[in-house]
Amino acid sequence: MPATRVAKTANEAFAEAMRQINPDVVAAYPITPATEIVQLFSQFVAEGKVKTEYVTVESEHSAMSACIGASAAGARTLTGTSSQGLAYMWEMLYIASGLRLPIVMGVVNRALSAPINIHCDHSDTMGARDSGWIQIFSENVQEGYDNFIQAMRIAEHPDVNLPVMVTTDGFILSHCLEGMDLSADSDVTNFIGEPPVRTTLLNSEKPLTLGAIDLQDYYFEHRRQIAEAMKRSLNVIPVIGKEYGETFGREYGFFEEYRLDDAEIAIVLLGSTVGTAKDVVDQMRASGKKVGLLKLRVYRPFPFDALKSALSHLKVIGVVERSDGLNASFGPLYPEICATLYGTSSQPKILNYIYGLGGREVKEQDIEDIFVNLISARDTEVKSLLTYIGVRE
Amino acid sequence: MATLKELSLREEKFVSGHRLCPGCGAGVVARLVMQSIEKPVLVGAATGCLEVSSTIFPYSSWNTPFIHSAFENVSATLSGVDAAYQSLKKQGKYDKELVFVAFGGDGGTYDIGFQSLSGAAERGHKILYVCYNNQAYMNTGVQRSSATPMAASTSTSPSGKKSTGKIQWPKPLTEIMAAHDIPYVANTIPGRWNDLTKKVEKAITYDGFTFINVLTPCRLGWPHDPKLAMEITRLAAETCFWPLYEVEEGTYKLNYNPRDKKKPIIEWLKLQNRFAHLLKPENKALVDEIQSVVDSRWEALLKKCGL
Repeated sequence: MPATRVAKTANEAFAEAMRQINPDVVAAYPITPATEIVQLFSQFVAEGKVKTEYVTVESEHSAMSACIGASAAGARTLTGTSSQGLAYMWEMLYIASGLRLPIVMGVVNRALSAPINIHCDHSDTMGARDSGWIQIFSENVQEGYDNFIQAMRIAEHPDVNLPVMVTTDGFILSHCLEGMDLSADSDVTNFIGEPPVRTTLLNSEKPLTLGAIDLQDYYFEHRRQIAEAMKRSLNVIPVIGKEYGETFGREYGFFEEYRLDDAEIAIVLLGSTVGTAKDVVDQMRASGKKVGLLKLRVYRPFPFDALKSALSHLKVIGVVERSDGLNASFGPLYPEICATLYGTSSQPKILNYIYGLGGREVKEQDIEDIFVNLISARDTEVKSLLTYIGVRE
Repeated sequence: MATLKELSLREEKFVSGHRLCPGCGAGVVARLVMQSIEKPVLVGAATGCLEVSSTIFPYSSWNTPFIHSAFENVSATLSGVDAAYQSLKKQGKYDKELVFVAFGGDGGTYDIGFQSLSGAAERGHKILYVCYNNQAYMNTGVQRSSATPMAASTSTSPSGKKSTGKIQWPKPLTEIMAAHDIPYVANTIPGRWNDLTKKVEKAITYDGFTFINVLTPCRLGWPHDPKLAMEITRLAAETCFWPLYEVEEGTYKLNYNPRDKKKPIIEWLKLQNRFAHLLKPENKALVDEIQSVVDSRWEALLKKCGL
């Protein structure tokens, strides 16, 4: 069936995707700027538009705990949160992946306290980067919606069985209306299909002990299996992205290369700033500058090999991040891009830029300044590898 | 109520091979609770002695579905299992009857798990929560909790030259749970198996969240002679330190009244090393104070029970 062209915020788009997935269980707790997702969804429950049991838990820690219980019992389980809420779930994020539960969570990226701030940066999900969750970033509302639906398939794939978080930028996407194609309910139902059979807790004839204690003799092997599942997801994600393209007309890979093929200078970045940066690339291309960008969509698993082939021809790379490592060195993505290109014969120069913390606005001029800086770095000695953008020093 | 013979003939749901200490009360409580339920049971456990000792991979003492996720969240974890169960049942994808039982120690119930417990009780999930209350963080080495009795010496409230052990009285959790207006709340001990069994049988008939607080001896933390484990819990009831009572749909009922056979509190204190310092003459006033608080709380409970 044809899609419907609608105007939606990313929160509304997440809620619509959740309605179309029609999960067995949602357990969630409100937090700005993600509240609207579960608020809209609870209305779907109230109207009988979904079959979902909705658990109104008393905290995010309990939200993830209840999701773990529900998913372990065989339910298709979804939730949503942001920032402090994600931080409060921290302990349980590791348990969700450790128990190999295919939970899907919409995360609206927001800065972490202190100081308390409700606006966008990526510090919250960056902190969860080693928790064994797959992480998919979205440039715009359409991608948020598309990523959420694909996430269900990725999480439940028998080779994977890992939780997935799909992110959108707080307020910039979560609260701003954009045009998007809303697929027909039946097409989404068909795309996600029935959940594959898993071993679950409710079988009292063949009882399962889940969450047992592993000592020195088994823990390592079980953690190794999670690492392998994450590795296998590298094969699964592009296949599902391609199938999504064949079904709905929008294909997805690990990342999007924008005017990158013949570029000499490029930036690597995540989330909604990509839209602004694409305009800057176009303008600079019009004036003859060989610039491009790489939008990283799948941050976990980290698509090391694919990134290596996409970036190794560049002369200078700027890693432009909306989060800080607070580690006296770099943002979280920078060392990973450096590691990706370690040992390549071309050895591009790689610089780090940190921008937009706590929702600080980023303008086209800021991105252009970064490109100018990178162009000048090509032939001159780089004095500082890290530059903060748009902050009063 | 099932007889002891009937209980002994039922298939064991919590089986031997676990690595709890000899004389530990937690294993006795778990086995009694599980034997008291005839229907299939799904167990959730908070991190603690019972959980770590009964699920050392690749072994398990649970002959029934079992889930552990973390320390503070057994109520929320089982809330999720319950939501899945309700959802799959409504959709016709699951048709069996299961009883949900949560086990948490006092740390995982009174302290770190209190928010999750209160939330699940308020939402009214059909879960029987059993607190095996050994009155301190025994699994990590006897640190004080909000369930630790006043004057008990623990590794974080030690008695010493300038200390008589824990300063505070424990949190009245059974009362706090009764104040949640849930259908069934009770205090019991493993030393009176019939009291415990009757209460479990009753609790699971209610369509809602129920809570049983079981005073559970810990031979390492209290410490006491392991062979006295059950006897010591009976002494707790006979001294009225741990009254056996229930609150059924808001109505208080006393299940055991020692009347004129009520024993002095020192009988309960003197068998446990955590109270050894109380036997010194200079601490007699403290023992008197404990006696007086136990007495006044007992009187208050009698009034609530209309006695």
